[in-house]
Amino acid sequence: MLTIHLSIVVFLPLAAALLAAFLPARIGRWVVVAGAIGVLGYAIALIADFDRDAAGLQYVTDEAWISELGIRYQLGIDGLNLFLVGLTALLWVPATIWSAWRETDRQHLFLFHMALAETAVLGAFVAQDLALFVFFFDLMLVPFYFLIGGWGIGPRVAATTKFVIYTLVGSLLMLAGAVALGVLTASESGNDLTFSIAELAQNPLPEGTQHWIFLLFALAFLVKAPAFPFHGWVVDTYRATPTPVLVVLSAVLSKVGVYGFLRIVLPTMPDAAVYFQDLILVVAVFSVLYGSVLAFSQVEPRLVLAYSSIAQLGFITLGIFAIDDLGAQGAVMQMVNHGLVVAALLFVIALLTARAGGAPTLEQMGGMALRAPVLAALFLVITLATLAMPGSPNFVGEILILFGALGDKLVFGLVASVGVALAAVYAIRLFQRSMHNRVGPGAETHELGGLDLLAIAPLVAVIVALGVYPQAILDRTEEATTAQIARAVEVSGKTAERQASKPASASGTESHSGGSETESHPEVSEIR
Amino acid sequence: MIDLVAAVKAPEIDYQGLAPVFATAGGSIVVLIAGLFPGRGVQRVLLPLLAAAALVVAIVFSVVNWEPGDSAPIIEGALAIDTLALFMSLIFFVTGLVAIVLSLRWESVEDAGAGEYLSMLLASIAGMVLLAGAENLVTLFVGLELLSIPLYVLCASAVRDRLSLESGLKYLVIGSAGSATLLYGLAFVYGATGSTDFDGIANAIGERVGAGDPLLLTGVALAAVGLAFKASVAPFHQWTPDVYQGAPTPITAFMAVATKAAAFAILLRLFAHAFPELQDDWAPALAALATITIVIGNVGAIGQRSLKRLLAWSGVAQAGYLLTGVVVGTQLGVQATAFYLVAYLAMNVAAFAVVIARERVSEHGDDLESIRDLGRAAPLLAWPMTIAMLALAGFPTTAGFIGKFYLIDAAVSGDYAWLGIVIVLGSAISLVYYLRVIAVMWMDRLEVKLPTIPPRYVRPVSGWSPEADPRALPEITAIALLAAAATIALGIVPSPLFDAVRDVGTSFASSI
Repeated sequence: MLTIHLSIVVFLPLAAALLAAFLPARIGRWVVVAGAIGVLGYAIALIADFDRDAAGLQYVTDEAWISELGIRYQLGIDGLNLFLVGLTALLWVPATIWSAWRETDRQHLFLFHMALAETAVLGAFVAQDLALFVFFFDLMLVPFYFLIGGWGIGPRVAATTKFVIYTLVGSLLMLAGAVALGVLTASESGNDLTFSIAELAQNPLPEGTQHWIFLLFALAFLVKAPAFPFHGWVVDTYRATPTPVLVVLSAVLSKVGVYGFLRIVLPTMPDAAVYFQDLILVVAVFSVLYGSVLAFSQVEPRLVLAYSSIAQLGFITLGIFAIDDLGAQGAVMQMVNHGLVVAALLFVIALLTARAGGAPTLEQMGGMALRAPVLAALFLVITLATLAMPGSPNFVGEILILFGALGDKLVFGLVASVGVALAAVYAIRLFQRSMHNRVGPGAETHELGGLDLLAIAPLVAVIVALGVYPQAILDRTEEATTAQIARAVEVSGKTAERQASKPASASGTESHSGGSETESHPEVSEIR
Repeated sequence: MIDLVAAVKAPEIDYQGLAPVFATAGGSIVVLIAGLFPGRGVQRVLLPLLAAAALVVAIVFSVVNWEPGDSAPIIEGALAIDTLALFMSLIFFVTGLVAIVLSLRWESVEDAGAGEYLSMLLASIAGMVLLAGAENLVTLFVGLELLSIPLYVLCASAVRDRLSLESGLKYLVIGSAGSATLLYGLAFVYGATGSTDFDGIANAIGERVGAGDPLLLTGVALAAVGLAFKASVAPFHQWTPDVYQGAPTPITAFMAVATKAAAFAILLRLFAHAFPELQDDWAPALAALATITIVIGNVGAIGQRSLKRLLAWSGVAQAGYLLTGVVVGTQLGVQATAFYLVAYLAMNVAAFAVVIARERVSEHGDDLESIRDLGRAAPLLAWPMTIAMLALAGFPTTAGFIGKFYLIDAAVSGDYAWLGIVIVLGSAISLVYYLRVIAVMWMDRLEVKLPTIPPRYVRPVSGWSPEADPRALPEITAIALLAAAATIALGIVPSPLFDAVRDVGTSFASSI
């Protein structure tokens, strides 16, 4: 195994941006881009080098940070965050390049905030200490506040303020919840104060205490996701955010919330997670339906994506709170898929908007496929992935989630599967209106530029590759996702049922020790 | 006659322990006398240097005297020189130094007389030192008055500015009401317990007088109200915005930080040391006050467009956060409060320094208009202000985040988890106005909607031309940058401060 210091991965973008701040803009942007590419290199090395059979964390960094508060600087990679780190690293490269070679006001500042955002997001994904996670989770908002407010479109200040207040209300409540979780666990167990997620998971709190702390966390993550009743910030933010920022915001930032459910909530508060399972599932299913229905009535392509993201994140939440191995694995898979697809779509939409004379509505577009076949072909691949065509990675992700849900939560699974059908409607409508039909009034149709191709083509390549070989993700995530939800599965009593229904299973005699052993499920084998 | 004098045992005086008091009080007198000499060299250079030297001496002795653990009070038990007192004293001295630098080259100081101005400042600091170390009701009151009376004058020291005079008068009237209330309360406490020593009071409660004694409880309540005036805890905060706005800005910065720290020093000491037996009575009441303060302060700040008023309201809200540390009455609470006060020092100094820098060159005074588009015009000022606002709002990588974390930690550990949630909800409200300040600086030339109160146009106080850039005020820019750097540094590497804070409150650990 290679020695990879995660601190370098996390802080490389910020270091590059700080260095660039002292260089002339012409050279500085190369440095920032080099930082993003360096992170991508590290991420590829991580994925290649990752030991898929080992249990627990790899590449661990564990130092005391603020010993008085029991906060550790603890970073680590497992199957759960491996691909999210990869996604972050992959998407930040085109987003940075996109803005580095376009005319941007105060470019060095823009690139600085982009890099700070990458550092914060990576930090949140690899943090294994709850306080450190909260630290990065809140830090993320600072660069995005500046990016949307300083370089946005239209009423950007109102939009960015709304965005930050919405999400920060959630994360501040989570801060209180995190402190309470740490302190109460320490006083309950008599150990020293610690926020290490693994240690918190060892000593779960009494159920009553878990309940209110769970609600604080759930609120933070559902706002961030966004989920149905907490999505008030979405529309304004999607309208106002500049394209490269929206790419990472929509593709990566939204995943931090649902990732938090898997990383923190299910292991440390399993009783509460089971207790509130139905509530969260209702929220998830509502998000799927509400998002899908609104997505096909929008005329602005960006808003189609805004609402479809609500639906997709609802789907992911459904997978997580199905509290089932398959569901959780599908959720992780789908986090990556949605990130890739939505990022590629946003780049395409930015091009379409530019070709339609800057008009943001579908009516102004149309008929572009004729003169831009490469663009149309790429767009078609992305569209098919969005609607989860068999052969696309999204198909695998969604089917796993549905399998997970259909087991115990049949009704939720059935209702949510309507959302899959609706996705086809809005995705095809988006493609058709912009690529076929009559040529829009102000639309110019010409082919992709080289820089644009550089941003979009790699994403499409990754989508196709994952569609062909989804095992690349599933193999590496299975171990970790199973472990994360094991305790909640245990609480919900599902393991007992399943083992009873599988008398042939070899592990029938031993008592389940919290899911440390990996089982291969028949359903997964079928997909394989 | 000779025999009589001989029979009086002279109290033993610990000169080293008293050195910070001597340095500031003595410095005050020296500066006052030196100020009688005319001449630009004396007035502009020598006096600030003398005053700063006095504070540096006081800092040195405070550091030398630093000794964790139990330390007996000096002067017959009247004054503690324990770590809590010394820690708070250091905050006062540093804030005093900042105020001296921020007042340099400022016309109003010369109008008022630099000697008197600086002398008052030092006298007020001496009062704070006494207050922070008071182990006795009499010392407490003397310290409080020595702190307050020079401040009344300092608030009115911009003698040509009507707002400043109004501010001084308002502070005098309301401050006196607060002092009277406090004195009344102290008298009740003395009447109930028969002792003025904190130790004596603590011992008397439960023995000579029951914990439910109405005279005693009335006394405690009145004393709390009197101190709440000084700490600008709602609903006794009404003077704060007007006084902060009218007072010369260096004095506002000084009051915002040092006076608040002094008030919290004595709140911590009085409640944890003299009334620990009564915690079941005062803790819920103070928790209620904290909640009210957090809500009122944050809501009040939303409508402000004067930066000084905004910071005043934000100071009210921050007082509410700080009160949490007093409410729980644990050592952790004391430490969290001490930590937060240092963070509060750094963030407020950064913000006020920028306000001063803009006020001196902009025709908009301290209106939000004066920092419009500062991100382009003067990034060296915009960054400190941005960092200060983010820190006050509690964003990570700043001292404000760690400070809030610590306070919430103390609240949850002290069985006041709900107060921790009140803190974060208050922070959520505060985003509205903190983020607006940032938006005005960075995001916009015309778009941010300001509250509709008409802006106040003033003559630039010091006669620099409006187009002057921050380089014309190097010392103020330097203070802003230093304070902002400290805010960030403490947010990333807080351990040195934690090491210092860990010793604070160890002297009366036994009583709590």
